[in-house]
This record gives sequence, structure tokens and C-alpha cells, in this order.
Amino acid sequence: MYAQMVETGVDAVRTAADMGGDERAFQARIDADIRIEPKDWMPEAYRKTLIRQMSQHAHSEIVGMLPEGNWITRAPTLKRKAILMAKVQDEGGHGLYLYSAAETLGVSRDAMTADLLSGKAKYSSIFNYPTLTWADIGAIGWLVDGAAIMNQIPLCRCSFGPYARAMVRICKEESFHQRQGYDIMLSLARGTPGQKAMAQDALDRWWWPSLMMFGPSDAESVHSAQSAAWKIKLLSNDELRQRYVDQTVPQADHLGITMPDPDLAWNADRGHYDFGAIDWAEFHAVVRGNGPCNRDRLATRVKAWEDGGWVRDAAMAHADRRAARAAAAAA
Amino acid sequence: MDDDPILFQYLLRLGDSPLILAQQLGAWVGKGPALEEDIALTNVGLDLLGQARLWLTCAGEVEARLGGAGRSEDELAFTRDGGEFRNLLLVEQPNGSYADTMARQFLFDTWHLLALRALLPSRDARVAAIADKAAREVAYHVERSGDWVVRLGDGTPESHARMQAAIDGLWMYTGEMFVPDAVELALIDAGVAADVRALEAPWRRHVDAVLAEATLSVPQNGWMQGGGGRGGKQGVHTEHLGHLLAEMQFLQRAYPDAQW
Repeated sequence: MYAQMVETGVDAVRTAADMGGDERAFQARIDADIRIEPKDWMPEAYRKTLIRQMSQHAHSEIVGMLPEGNWITRAPTLKRKAILMAKVQDEGGHGLYLYSAAETLGVSRDAMTADLLSGKAKYSSIFNYPTLTWADIGAIGWLVDGAAIMNQIPLCRCSFGPYARAMVRICKEESFHQRQGYDIMLSLARGTPGQKAMAQDALDRWWWPSLMMFGPSDAESVHSAQSAAWKIKLLSNDELRQRYVDQTVPQADHLGITMPDPDLAWNADRGHYDFGAIDWAEFHAVVRGNGPCNRDRLATRVKAWEDGGWVRDAAMAHADRRAARAAAAAA
Repeated sequence: MDDDPILFQYLLRLGDSPLILAQQLGAWVGKGPALEEDIALTNVGLDLLGQARLWLTCAGEVEARLGGAGRSEDELAFTRDGGEFRNLLLVEQPNGSYADTMARQFLFDTWHLLALRALLPSRDARVAAIADKAAREVAYHVERSGDWVVRLGDGTPESHARMQAAIDGLWMYTGEMFVPDAVELALIDAGVAADVRALEAPWRRHVDAVLAEATLSVPQNGWMQGGGGRGGKQGVHTEHLGHLLAEMQFLQRAYPDAQW
């Protein structure tokens, strides 16, 4: 979920005829479902694509702390406040694992952070939407984490070892978060008319952006085939999106709130829900930086980084001085 | 010991300081100077929030046994006005920069651990049990915030100046921590409350040692706010608390009939 439209740097899927001996051996390992580890030989395009995908995923965790963090100080009960703080903290932890996993490919966390802050690196489009009410915190847990899990469970089997192992750990926590989000929605749906309206409004605003999290439709998805051959993308965008819709519609029914899609209907022949057309113009506008919160999200990250500069410098200066004193004492 | 109206007041004092400080730390989430710090500071906030919930729940139970409203932790947190809060003035001071936040944390944590340990022999078993759980968590908080005072004090010229200014600015809010009023005195006599008068010397020893290691000076101005029974423990606050509560209490105030 958290990585959309990841470039592979190749125009067409590499065939055996394009490949040298190392690359053929590499592809054979992948085809045999043998994990690639950081010290193994890998094509440069594979390494670069993974760095893009994993850093985008990590940035999404970090930027994703902001829309939910927006409600920590206003959470309606102490228990909900504690759960939300712990959840946002978990996201910071996911960011850390993913940056660490990406670092095994030879890129530093500082370099990845610089790319995020300069606007060069992307993060998931979903976090450029605002959290306007408490119900949005429920909707993010239910829908956004739900979509994330849908995307990340297959990645637990992806070809790159450190990424796959990070995903196993992250998925466990995400499913816990999703249940907490759904629990918020349940309490609102069973609450006062005002609370129920709040829940419906949140669903109206988050449903379509959550469908966009899976990225463009397969026909438009130019880089997916190579990523699939490398097994860093195991199911197509449209397959994942369909699974997500099929899973989520009954959950909305259980809440007694209505999906904002008049075309949504069960299709008995396909055994799936049909759903309406996604507004891809909106998606591309958000990806290009024109979502409601792109500017605010990036500005908040930049400010946190800049405000923290003197703190990081002081910690380094102190560590250096302490090391020098220890060395002097040992001499 | 029997439940007593002053015990209710005392429990609010124990719960409100961690509650307000947890609320302040919650505002840092996602905005820390480094990812590891963000995570660690949130841990401290979560500990304090958990402690506040135990104290406030206990306060509500005492209130019920006294024939009062028996308010829940949420009713106590979200529906009292500023003048009914009993937290220390120190914890309601603004987050400011990381130096301000860490100085506030260090001055409070050092007192907090001493106060909790002084509650371990309390004749009220509930008080002793909560203090025991909290003290284990706060022992780590004291280490962490002291470490940051040293790093920033003995860091760069800029961080040194910021940390010194932070300590200087907050110093006047530390006096009330050691001055008991009638509520505390009665409970000290009954063997329930911590005798905060005895905490000042060990607090100063630890603070002086950390400031010395941090190459910082102990503030010279000895004027303390909140004296004469007109401080945070008596519900006389600084302007900051009202704004903090307005944000924290918004949903419960806007939807008073709702369950969340």
C-alpha cells in the first residue's frame, strides 16, 4: 500500500536473452523462491527499485504518523489516547525497521531522509488527506491499515529477505491497529446520531482515497511486470484492490454505514463486488503534490528535522567529547 | 485507613501531574528531533498516562465510597475545569524547544521518583501499589531525562545556552513540590502521604550533580511561584493550563452525551 508507482528503471521485462550469467542465476533463485540476501549478487535495477520501494514505504510510515498524531491531544478518552499514542509510536518503529532494511542495500537513512524532505522521494498518497474529526482516526485504522495489510501480507513472501522479514513483523502490528480502528468505528456507529453522522462522513471522505492506495489500474501500471518477475510485487494492483473491496464492504454493512459508491454491487457471476470508477485525476494530482495536505505534511517533517538539528549536533558533540575523555583517561 | 475527602484530593494531585505531562508529550509525537527520540519520548508519555489512569480511577473509587459522584477516570480528566486540577505548575509549562521539554522532564522526574518511593510504605495499600508500579517506570525516566540534560548542557554552545535558559526559566516552578499544605500534612500524619519536605535535599543533590556534569549552573534566583497555598496543588494555575485543557477536553465537551 505504502509504495505506489515504484519505478523499476527498465522499459520491458528482462528476458533470459537480455541477461548475463549472474543475472540468470539471480533470476533462477527468485523463480525457485529462494530469498535474496543483502550480500548476494543482484542486478543494479533490482537494488535501486527495492531502495525506492522500501524507502517509500518507510517514509509513508513516518509521514503517516502525522494525520493520526493530529488527534492524540484531542482523543476523547484516556484509553483511546493511550491506544492512539501506542499506535503512532508503532508506526515510527515500522519506519525504523524499514529504513534499517533498506540500509542493507547500501543507502543511508540520512540520504533517504534528505530525499523525503526535498520532495524527491514519495510516500503514500493517502497521508495527504486531512483528519478532520475523531472518526477519521477510526477510518484510518479500519480502511488505511486494512488496505496496508492487504498489500503487505503478500510482501511477507517477497524475494528480498530483509524486506520480507520486516513485513512479517509489521503485519502483526497492523492487524492489531486495524481492529482498534474498527472498534472506534463501531462505538461511533452505535453511538448518538451525531457520532453516527461523523462515522458516515469519515467513510465518505476516506473510501475512495483508500482504493487509490493500491496504485493505478493494471493497464496503466507500467512498472509492475518487472517487479512481479522479481517477486517484489506478488499480486497486481487491481487484484489487491478487489480483495480489499470484497473484504471491506461487509464490514461497512455491519457498521450500518453506506459506501459512497452508487455502483457498488455484488456480482454473483464474478463472485466479487463491482465498484464504480476511481477518479484517477484526483490520484495523480495528489501524487504530484496537489493533495489537500501535501504541503503541510512535508512542511511538518521539514520543521521537525530542522528544529531537531541543534539537538542532534549537541548529541554528536557530546558523544565525541565523552569518547575523547575516555581515550585520554585510558592513555 | 478509612477513605477521607482529603484522600480524594491527594489522589487527584498524584494523578493530575502525570496526566498533564503525558498530554504535553503527546503533542511531540511525530515531531521529535530523531525517530528514536520520538519513540522513546512517546514511551515516557504512555507510562505517565497509564499512571494517571490508575490514580484517577482510584480517586473516583474513593469519591464513590464517600457517597460522592464516583467519577470515572474520563469524567475526572475531561470534565473538570482548570481550577479543579491539582497538578504541579511545572508540568503545565509549555513544550517549547527540546531543551525546555527535557529540562521540565528532568526536574519533574527527579521529584517524581523520590515522591513515589516515599509512598511505598504508605498505610494505604492502594496508594503503595500504584506507587510501586509507577516508580519502576519512573526510574527509567529519570535516567533518560538526566542524560539529555547532560548531552545538551555539555553539547554545543547553542545547546548549552538553550538548556541553561530552560533550567533558569523553569526553576521557579520547582518550589511548590516540597511545600506541603493542610491536605498533605494531615495525610503525612496519618502515614498515607509522602512527606515532600524530606525530598528537597535528595532532589537538590541529584539535580546539582547532573547540572554539574552538564556544565550548567544552578539558578541563583530563589523566588518560587505557587507559595502561600496558592499553587498548582491548590488549583491556582498558570495561563497555560486552560489552553491545554481546551484542546484535551474538546470532544467530551462538544458531545457530552456520547460514549467513545
